Amino acid sequence: MTVDERILTPEEKAAFTLRALYAANGYRQYKMSKFEEYDLYVRNKDFLISDNVITFTDTNGKLMALKPDVTLSIIRSTANAPGETHRIYYSENVYRVSKGTHRFQEIPQTGLECIGPLSAADLAQVTGLAAKSLLALSPSAVLNVSHLGILRSLLDPAGADPETAQRITRAIGEKNPHELAALCAAAGISEETAGLLGRLLGVYGDVESAMRQLIPLLGTTPAAPALEALCAILSQLDGESEKIVRFDFSVVNDPRYYNGVVFKGYIEGLPGSVLSGGQYDRLMRRMRRPDGAVGFAVYMDQLERLRDGGNADA
Amino acid sequence: MRKTLNIALPKGRLGEKVYKMFEAAGYECPALREGGRRLIFENPEKGVSYFWVKPSDVAIYVERGAADLGVAGKDILLEYEPDVYELMDLGTGICRMAIAGKRDFVDDPTRTLRVATKFSNITARYYAEQGRDIDIIHLNGSIELAPILGLSDVIADIVETGTTLKENDLTVLETIAPISARLIANRSAWQFSRDAVTALVEAMQKTKEKD
Repeated sequence: MTVDERILTPEEKAAFTLRALYAANGYRQYKMSKFEEYDLYVRNKDFLISDNVITFTDTNGKLMALKPDVTLSIIRSTANAPGETHRIYYSENVYRVSKGTHRFQEIPQTGLECIGPLSAADLAQVTGLAAKSLLALSPSAVLNVSHLGILRSLLDPAGADPETAQRITRAIGEKNPHELAALCAAAGISEETAGLLGRLLGVYGDVESAMRQLIPLLGTTPAAPALEALCAILSQLDGESEKIVRFDFSVVNDPRYYNGVVFKGYIEGLPGSVLSGGQYDRLMRRMRRPDGAVGFAVYMDQLERLRDGGNADA
Repeated sequence: MRKTLNIALPKGRLGEKVYKMFEAAGYECPALREGGRRLIFENPEKGVSYFWVKPSDVAIYVERGAADLGVAGKDILLEYEPDVYELMDLGTGICRMAIAGKRDFVDDPTRTLRVATKFSNITARYYAEQGRDIDIIHLNGSIELAPILGLSDVIADIVETGTTLKENDLTVLETIAPISARLIANRSAWQFSRDAVTALVEAMQKTKEKD
């Protein structure tokens, strides 16, 4: 019996399209169990989007959780083969508290992780796949990209305490120039660094035009190596992906976990980001793993709204 | 074809003031001055459409993409922490979020401090940073009454001139944060209408500088 494609909802079709895209690029599917030991999440609580986890006691007395996240499980699943490169994709449901209702929701999520000794080519492949994932969902999409090394290399020598650094990061994430200036002034950060951060906030554009603006800005600063690393990744993107990639300094995934290239994807007609990810070597270190890691998730629950906008054909 | 920017304005005095700024920046919408029962006012020529919503709802309209841009007080942004871009401090609607109490109030650290407020999240965060144990009494209005009637020890509220406090024998004890109106943008709308949004922000910036 063959299945008539017409019975699939646009979201189901989108999930299959993404799976086919990842499989065609050498990624294998990871099927995880519905539950994980609660301990895994509680040790990495800040990494989770929401603090709340549905827990229950298993028959053996262990405290278990309905998974609020997939990345942590995947990192753990690759623990036995350090030094190897694992290319894994998933299409799973996760359980999180919705911000609006303050109740648990089941959220379908598709994504991939590349774990191992990463090269710039691996990072470029994942960034490119993030862009292609968006294009598979809608022709009108953008993938905003930044490199957290830029921010860190400017903030760390400025001597901002962790709390101030977090506030500054947040202001940057909000494209909030007035708050950024006020925080820098209050923290005693030099006018030069504060001004540079402010100017970086204004840089936005495709790879070529962003580099034209960034190289004179950062070329002689401590951020130069991070910019070079970003350049090495973006220069390896294929033409199709590059078309929708934009440099945007306001992409700041949690710097406690992410360290290198970070990205957020948007689709016209959907109010929030539908894709989020980046390089998270710092999370790997926290889990005592020497390898690097990069990945992203596509929030499939958002796609329902595309049906209203009329460009849902994935 | 140029896309229209949907702008959510807060109903009331602040909204009127802010609309004048939009007008001065070249984003006027004469229909809005005509009154009547219409809910949405559009000026296709200028590429803008305005609607009035309850001040505390502006952030929700913008976060959820029903409005591309909006004007919200920093108090609302601190309280609800919406996932939006905060593009500009409009420099109007200036006041502060403060802790106020009776003139002769002395904090007794051996007791739980009872705080009446509309802004539960801001209050909880403020005292958590100090490690102070508090009981939040969430009220929706007439907050100043709470300490007078003994419902709470202090209040956390917006203070503009302080006249209401003074007339009721209350005084500001601590300032939590300065407040003013902010121009906010939906994250996705910013990506896809960037040129229009940037032009509007620049025009508003010029208007603000002139004032």
